[in-house]
Formats: sequence, structure tokens, C-alpha cells
Amino acid sequence: MSTSATPSPDKQLTPKERMRIPRQKMPEQDPRQRTTNFNEVNLGLTEEMAIEEAQRCLQCAKPLCIDGCPVIIKIPEFIELIVQGDFIGAAAKIKEDSSLPAVCGRVCPQENQCEATCVVGNRFSPVAIGNLERFVADYEREHDMIQVPERAAVTGKKVAVIGSGPAGLACATDMAIYGHDVTIFEALHEYGGVLAYGIPEFRLPKKVLSVEIENLKKLGVKFVKNYLIGKTRTLDELLNEDGFEAAFIGTGAGLPWFLNLPGENLNGVYSANEFLTRVNLMKAYIFPEADTPVQIAKTAVVIGGGNTAMDSVRTAKRLGAKRAIIVYRRSEEEMPARIEEVHHAKEEGIEFQLLQAPIKYLDDGNGWLKGIECIKMELGEPDDSGRRRPVPIEGSEFFIEADFAVVAIGNGSNPLLARTTPGLDINKWGNIITASETGATSKPGVFAGGDIVSGGATVILAMGDGRKAAAAMDEYLKSKAKVASDE
Amino acid sequence: MFEIASADFIAPDVKRFRIIAPAVAKKHQAGQFVILRVHDLGERIPITIAESDPDSGEITIIVQGIGRTTKDLNRKTSGDQIPDLVGPLGQPTHIENWGKAVIVSGGVGTAEALPIARAMKAAGNEVISIIGARTKSLVIAEELMKDLCDEVIVTTDDGSYGIKGLVIEPLRPMLESSSPPRLILAVGPLPMMKAVAELTRPYNIKTMVSLNTIMIDGTGMCGGCRATVDGKTVFVCVDGPEFDGHKVDFGELQQRIGQFKNQERQSLDQFLRSCRAEKSVEG
Repeated sequence: MSTSATPSPDKQLTPKERMRIPRQKMPEQDPRQRTTNFNEVNLGLTEEMAIEEAQRCLQCAKPLCIDGCPVIIKIPEFIELIVQGDFIGAAAKIKEDSSLPAVCGRVCPQENQCEATCVVGNRFSPVAIGNLERFVADYEREHDMIQVPERAAVTGKKVAVIGSGPAGLACATDMAIYGHDVTIFEALHEYGGVLAYGIPEFRLPKKVLSVEIENLKKLGVKFVKNYLIGKTRTLDELLNEDGFEAAFIGTGAGLPWFLNLPGENLNGVYSANEFLTRVNLMKAYIFPEADTPVQIAKTAVVIGGGNTAMDSVRTAKRLGAKRAIIVYRRSEEEMPARIEEVHHAKEEGIEFQLLQAPIKYLDDGNGWLKGIECIKMELGEPDDSGRRRPVPIEGSEFFIEADFAVVAIGNGSNPLLARTTPGLDINKWGNIITASETGATSKPGVFAGGDIVSGGATVILAMGDGRKAAAAMDEYLKSKAKVASDE
Repeated sequence: MFEIASADFIAPDVKRFRIIAPAVAKKHQAGQFVILRVHDLGERIPITIAESDPDSGEITIIVQGIGRTTKDLNRKTSGDQIPDLVGPLGQPTHIENWGKAVIVSGGVGTAEALPIARAMKAAGNEVISIIGARTKSLVIAEELMKDLCDEVIVTTDDGSYGIKGLVIEPLRPMLESSSPPRLILAVGPLPMMKAVAELTRPYNIKTMVSLNTIMIDGTGMCGGCRATVDGKTVFVCVDGPEFDGHKVDFGELQQRIGQFKNQERQSLDQFLRSCRAEKSVEG
């Protein structure tokens, strides 16, 4: 069924012709304009652009792009539906494997996943799979044509999902589709986990997220907020007293890491989690209309080179910082941030001070940050991560004047749940130990996935964990029911 | 939504709320707190739980109207709703039989110290309460403390009630006595807790203080509540709120608590203006 603009004359393009089509450039908000607002940077492809882009796909017999996708989306199939102009059908095709395409189309590192293995990319730019995914998901939402997936017959089995971030949402979706009675527990006052508190509005508008949450509600998933498992109720109480037969733990990244440098608790020094939570979840960017304040920097320095660091530095710039600087101890090549985010940051006038590391935060005499003493680094031998280890250059210390610093170097695990759940095994870093194929923990009926297991990864990997665990949980519930009926 | 079962002023600008929150009431232990928000664009603030009743499902909090959120909260009355409230958060007070324990409290800290006094008494301690306030009208929960403790001493800054002076005045002779307390627990304004810790330090008597820092999530995720204790950074929300007062860096804490004072002022002024506008429309 065609739901929109008829595609250009229905002719079969040769592979050569397909590859000759240039990759469609994502329309963007002008860099000078966008640093003054929190509106989304990427504006989305038009219908014509999407069809044009979709025609670049070679429809490989053995599509390598799928191998690069953590949730195994049938990429060539959904792209072919776009070529046919069936955008709603394309969205439905993606949703067979991924519950949050509007989110993933925005925040997935496609350049390291599906697009990295795209054959067109061997000679030209790869097919813009992520932009196409986003296009169909947006099309479906903007035309109010989102279809709620069909559910299997109701099983009556109660399942708890702890945490409403990407891992929990993905797990809950599949468990609801399998017919189970799913309840998501969220500690904060809004759903979405890192999608709500971490990723800024200019990269993931909150309305995109809220529509996804509404859809899950339509699917029958129950949501309970302001409910901290481990404090308000323990996991054992859910399982032993509240009638839940299985649980999935997707509590995400935990306590933010600091470098334990002198002066790190000065006013003006924040964890990325605090800074981003103030701005995103608590909406400090509209203070005083929203009650939660945030400091407006003259010079903001963000320590780190990941996506969270990019989100932080670009947020500081939008809030009005005259200078917004990334300080990263390795070189650009080793930066874990997405290429697109680094590119956008540079367009926005973010300064990159690479091969430098902070050693001390300096006090202005009143308890406020006045600057950071840094040291220059050089790259030595590769370390455990395979990246070349940064080594300080002796005597190269220097001073950056700054009234605002954000530490964006990652998170440790939150001990809250493990502490109150006997029998739940964790590793020496506090991450929950699971069987990699199923997400099963040491505790029967309890599964886990996302950052609480991996220590820190991407939205899509967390979603992949959630789906994998859902499949295993479903099997677990079936086999449990069978044992019960055999007895 | 969390319904307010009752709300009464117990001192000028100080209001006692009973809130229906059965899950929190069931789990609450002495020393723990909740985080709440009063409206959709509201901030998250921590408030210590003063009492809980697992049977009725109610928790009690005492709120002193100082900033934007607490003043807004104090306009609420029974039947009103609190949109968001989560807890109980933080580690419970460590309770053991110390023999003799002194609980020093100031301001609304006295109400917050009630569950601690009750638990300490139940553990077999001789419990002495020292209540400090600026003036007589601000002394709260004295009768409740009298029901729980072996002795209650009140001090007021202006001498309008009890001993004239600070809480450390009656505490000092206790430290000097032949049977000094083995535990001091201070709950209240930071300068008071600091003064207590400084007084007891030379006597080497264990002194716990209940820290009240800026918090957002209250679950360890943001690190905004961090403080330095014994030279190490702690997160008050998950590691605390009670710490060894002899090891707390009070100077740093005082600075961190004041981090947003200009914005807090701005937010409060705007709120008060909107209240006045509301009133003039009504009038």
C-alpha cells in the first residue's frame, strides 16, 4: 500500500546507477542559530530525499548491514518499502525488531554499526540507514499513524521491569507482545532513563520519547514512577510477595566517576550527570520558569571525549557560555564520541584541546572554580582498550581560566539494588553478572541488561540486551509453567 | 500523586504534613528522607521523614517555608496532592546501645530527630534531647521529645524560653561530667552541627551529623550532594545522610550549599510576586 508520494517512475535502477546517487545530506539547523536554542539540530529528510536515499541501497542478497545491527533490523526490507513509498510499512518492518526507531534513528552510532558494513560504503558514502530509520519513524508519528503491535494471548504472568531506560523499554515491549503482564518501575518522576535525563533536547526531543512511552502504555505496559526498587520495595518483595514471576533489571549507569583531583568539589565543578539532569530532566534551560537552576558559564570546560562530553559542552554553549572547551587526554582518533557529534560540536564553535588532562581545580578564594591546571599528554603503547595510552609530558603543566567544569568520564555502578538483593552476583566493579546469551543473572527468574551489566555502552546495545533477555524470560516463564503443570 | 491527609502550622512558617505514601511508610527507618516536587516544573528537594505509620500508610514531614519550593509547599493543605515523592532514601541511622546518647537538634531538625530518639530509646539507651531554637515560638516537638527521652533541655538564642544561648551551652557540662555520653547525634542547621562537632572533638566522643545538601535524584546518579568526609568524596544521598562529624569538611559543605543562592533568591522573588498577583486578583 502506498501511503504517500508516489516514487519516481517505477524503473529498476542498476547497481551502478544506484551508487551514483549522492548520499542525501541531513538538513540541519544553522550552527549560529542553533547555539542559541535547544531545538533539534537535525531536521529530518523530506519524503523525496528519503526515497532518493533509499534507492542507493543495493538490496544485497547477503546484507552485511544487518550483521552490524545489535537488534538485527531487516534493513534492506524496510529500505525497499521506502522506495515503494510505503513509509508506514517500512516503520512496521523496523518495529518487528526494534521498539524505538525514532530514538535509535537519532542516537545510534550507525557509522560503527549498520553503515560501517554497508557495501556501498566500500566505494562511496554508505546508505544513510540511520536517517532513513528516523524518517519513517517520524513520518508514522507525525501522521498519527503509529500502529500498536499485536499482542499474543494474555498469559496472566506478572513481570517486573526495573528502570525505564532503553534496556527496560525494549524488554517491556517484547514481554508485552508475548502476552505477559508487564510493570515498569522508575525511580525518577519521568520515564525514559538516560533518554530523559541525559540526552539533550537538541539531539532527542522529549516529545519523541513521550510518544514512545504512550505507545507502550497502549500496548498494556503499566508504568509506576517515583518507585525506587531497593528502597521503596526490594526485588525479593516483588518476586515473593507481589506476585511477579520474573524481573528484568535495567537500572543503567550508576554513580558518576570523578578523577579525585584536588578542588573537584569546588562550586562550579559538576558531574555530567548532574549538569545534564539539571538541564534535560529538570528543564533548567527555562529557569526561572522551571525551578531548578543551572550555572551560566563564562568559560565551560568539559573533561572527556565521549557522547556525554559532547552533549555537555554543546549544552553549556547553548546556555550562554562564551567559550566551551573539550579537554581530552587522547587524540581525536581515540575519541569515543560519534563523528557526527564531534562534527556538530566543531560547527558550533566548541574548542577541542586534545592530548591534555586536568590535574587540579583552582579556587578563586571563595570556594568557586577559577581555572584548571592541566598537563599535556602524548600517546604511548596501546592499553587494555587497544587505544594508545596517554602519558603525561613532564613539565608541560599549564592553566586554563574557567568558571565551570563538567567531568564526563563515565559512571560506576549503582550499588543500591545489589546491596538489597541477596543472591544477585556482581563483579568487582559492581556490575551485575549475566549469561551473555540470555541476560540471566545468578538469581532464578531475574535477568539484567544495559549499562548495569556492561558498565557503559550505547542506547542500542542496551535495547539489544533488553530484547535478548525478554526472549529468555519468556522461555523461562513457559518452562516454569510446564514444570508446574507436569507436577 | 500523593494526597495530603492533614496539614497544620506548628510554628510560624513551619507546617506539619501527613502524606499518604503507604510504600514509603512501610519501609521508613530513622534518619531516612524523601525527595519531592510540588509542581510539574518544580525542583526536587530532600526532606527528612519525621514520622511514619505503616498501618495508616502515612508519613509525616515538617516543612519550614524558606525557599521557593518550601513556601509553595506550605500553601498546600489537607486534600491537596503532591505530584512526586520518592523514598525512603539514604542509609538509616546506625542504632545500637551506647549507654547514654545525646540528640542535639535545631529548627525543624527536632522533628526529624524524633524517629532517631525513639529508636535509640528502644535500643536501651538513656537518651537526652537538647533542642535549640532562635526564639520560643520556634521550639517544636518538645512534648513529643519529652515522651521519648529521659531528659529534654531547651535553649533559645534570645532567652525567651529555656536556657539562653546555643545548644552547646548545656552540652558542654555533660562532656565534662563523670559519666559523659558515648554518642552525640546532631540534626539541624549546618553551623549548629559544626559547633557541636567542634565542641566534642577534644573529648573524642563519637559525634554523628545529619547532612542536608542540594540533591537532584537522591539515588546516587548525579553527585550534586557530594561532600568531603575523612578526605574522601562521599555522596550524601546514598552514603549518608549521617556521617562522623569530626571528619566532615564543613567549610566546603557550607560553600556547596550556597552554590545557587542567587538563583534561589530569584526563583523565590518570582514566586512571591506571582503569589501577590494571585492575591490581588482574588481580592
